Amino acid sequence: MERSLMKGNEALAEAAIRAGCKCFFGYPITPQTELSAYMAKRMHKAGGVFLQAESEIAAINMVLGAASTGVRAMTSSSSPGVSLKSEGISYLAGSDVPALIINVQRGGPGLGGIQPSQADYWQATRAMGHGDFHVLVFAPCSVQEMVDMVVKAFDTADKYRIPAMILADGLLGQMMEPVSFPEINPDSVDKSSWAACGHGNKREHHVINSLYLQANELEDKVNERFKRYEIIKENETDAELYLTDDCDILVCAYGASARIVKSAVNSAREAGIKAGMFRPKTLWPFPVKELNKACKNASELLCVEMSKGQMIDDVKLAINCSKPVSFFGRTGGVIPTPVEVLEQIKKIGGKI
Amino acid sequence: MPVVFKRPDSLLDVPMHYCPGCSHGIVHRLVCEVIDEMGIEGDTIGVCPVGCAVMSYDYFGCDMIEAPHGRAPAVATGVKRTNPDKFVFTYQGDGDLAAIGTAETVHVGARGENIVIIFINNTIYGMTGGQMAPTTIPGQVTQTTPFGRDPELAGYPVRVCELISTLTGTALAQRVAVDTVKHIKEAKEAIRKAFENQKEKRGLSIVEVLSTCPTNWGLSPVDAIKRLQKEMIPYYPLGVYKDVTTKEGEK
Amino acid sequence: MTTEILLAGFGGQGVLFAGKVLAYCGLMDSKKLSWLPSYGPEMRGGTANCSVCISDEPIGSPLVLTPDILIAMNGPSYDKFINSVKSGGKAFIDSTLVDAKSDRTDIDCFYIPSTEIADGNDLKGGSNMVLLGKLIKETGIFNYDTIQKAIEKVVPASKMHLIENNLKAIKLGMNY
Repeated sequence: MERSLMKGNEALAEAAIRAGCKCFFGYPITPQTELSAYMAKRMHKAGGVFLQAESEIAAINMVLGAASTGVRAMTSSSSPGVSLKSEGISYLAGSDVPALIINVQRGGPGLGGIQPSQADYWQATRAMGHGDFHVLVFAPCSVQEMVDMVVKAFDTADKYRIPAMILADGLLGQMMEPVSFPEINPDSVDKSSWAACGHGNKREHHVINSLYLQANELEDKVNERFKRYEIIKENETDAELYLTDDCDILVCAYGASARIVKSAVNSAREAGIKAGMFRPKTLWPFPVKELNKACKNASELLCVEMSKGQMIDDVKLAINCSKPVSFFGRTGGVIPTPVEVLEQIKKIGGKI
Repeated sequence: MPVVFKRPDSLLDVPMHYCPGCSHGIVHRLVCEVIDEMGIEGDTIGVCPVGCAVMSYDYFGCDMIEAPHGRAPAVATGVKRTNPDKFVFTYQGDGDLAAIGTAETVHVGARGENIVIIFINNTIYGMTGGQMAPTTIPGQVTQTTPFGRDPELAGYPVRVCELISTLTGTALAQRVAVDTVKHIKEAKEAIRKAFENQKEKRGLSIVEVLSTCPTNWGLSPVDAIKRLQKEMIPYYPLGVYKDVTTKEGEK
Repeated sequence: MTTEILLAGFGGQGVLFAGKVLAYCGLMDSKKLSWLPSYGPEMRGGTANCSVCISDEPIGSPLVLTPDILIAMNGPSYDKFINSVKSGGKAFIDSTLVDAKSDRTDIDCFYIPSTEIADGNDLKGGSNMVLLGKLIKETGIFNYDTIQKAIEKVVPASKMHLIENNLKAIKLGMNY
């Protein structure tokens, strides 16, 4: 398969087009703008729609409109812009409309900075909008994985009628790596039972809606969705386990942080410390079984993030706080170094 | 016996939740009559707002999407861009369209988005119980302007048709009312023109309908109509503010 | 083994482009590689830099903090990065724009008046390629054939006429 060099942001866009995405609505923001620019160049040729919206809010609502008619639709942004999209994402979830949202994270809160960050983990996995709901969250750690996960995200979103998010960051979005595009056969999910695309006088009218004024009715609706979430949790978790069979110290990291951790784990092994790495590829659902398998023989866990510690909550919950979990992170756009992580591993190693 | 008056086919036969004397029912009917006459129900997708008309998805027989507050024009954009051969309309109130959704409204005009907006202006928030709207007239008493709207404090109303008519992408901006038979007939003609514009891909058509809200105005239905005539029409003059199909183009 | 390369200079000097050429060299030679630019306001005329990793193993962190190879195209970049070069590493410095000389003895510093060379050969803006030519000659990381293929790949089809000039500048650097 031919390898080409692509920026993460561009690879996300190309993969989406190949996955049958028919429209992109976005608003410029660093560090994801290349994605929009790539779509502007390519989408028309691919027979789809590119539109620069007047705001992030309008963009996500354009996605809601397009996806409600049954087409594959997406938007992308970076942290502050994703906050603006949260209203629309909640409506997507509440209306059971699948769509793809990409967050190329940067430092926050507020306007924050423009350097890579992982400080939107809580937002993505717990609070992507108001109300009882989840979105699928995929966390790539390489440009190739960005390609693969876009396809997976669209397919899974369609399968369960749920919005999906790719949680990347400025480092992955900006970096170039060799990438190859496999023959992509996107799942073709029949949406004719719910899509609002004109009934052609052949069926009852379809209504895409998230409003239920009767409390019992809304509760039933949410319960039905949560039953689906249970099936998703059972079937759709994914993680990479690296040198975990015999590890004493299990380092947990996702996305760009995991690349740094892998380097540090390799160095630790060279120094005679039995370190391993657990990298969730899905953040929601969190790979609970996979983590418990990975830390079976470990005596301590270390969580490394480009934040003040957010995924660590899920790590602790997943193992029921049965083992000590420590944390190392840099925030504000500072990327931790393999040397810093190695020091932390050594510190823990000294205690064992 | 020949039938001379009946419920439009595209208006579903279900009880409506609107208050007695509210003009939503009239406007729903006008929209559905036009849809029936043009034979486009099966090819139409409506987008309803947040506000009193939020549940209009239960009344319109075409496929419907319920949008977040103020975002109906953006939702409609997503529908229309991916389904250019379908008819798309939004049905929005004044708070939805001219306050929280102002950006979305202005930009569908700027883009010349080929959709229809039915805009209900009754100078008040109905669903939430009678608060000041962006169209509330100076001096008008509402829950949040208990001493009458004071422009010093609460600013001035937004005249939507005037505003939208300045945009190049607007094909039609017309203000109508539903207080008399004559005005109702004119309103229907305007709505028909709006949908015809969409068929001919002319750009954004907005029909602003001056409407009543007896409940939140604290008036009987008859007195509400009188208020519309005495207070609203002078402040919001009826007429065509822009029509690209007429010779002079703009009025 | 991973070779970590850091290229730094003013925005507009072709720092990111030179990095891309190296990255494409890695692609041509079927290596693992990464290319990471600095981004943000510094791209608009301030200092720009870019990290390139070339390896036989999967690349961990793509961010180069302690380079094996440094290209410094101006004074501020030289000042900022010369002391971060790994012991035993190599630095390629545009001596037309950088007056300073390093007193480090654990690295090899090559001072090339690359701006002067480029300008003198009617190759304005070719300082980056002159330095790259010197880099491949002194490090042996890639050969000329590879860099030729890489440049043909990086230069957009609309600017084909620039391929020749870039290769000329590479050769000038190799022969300096």
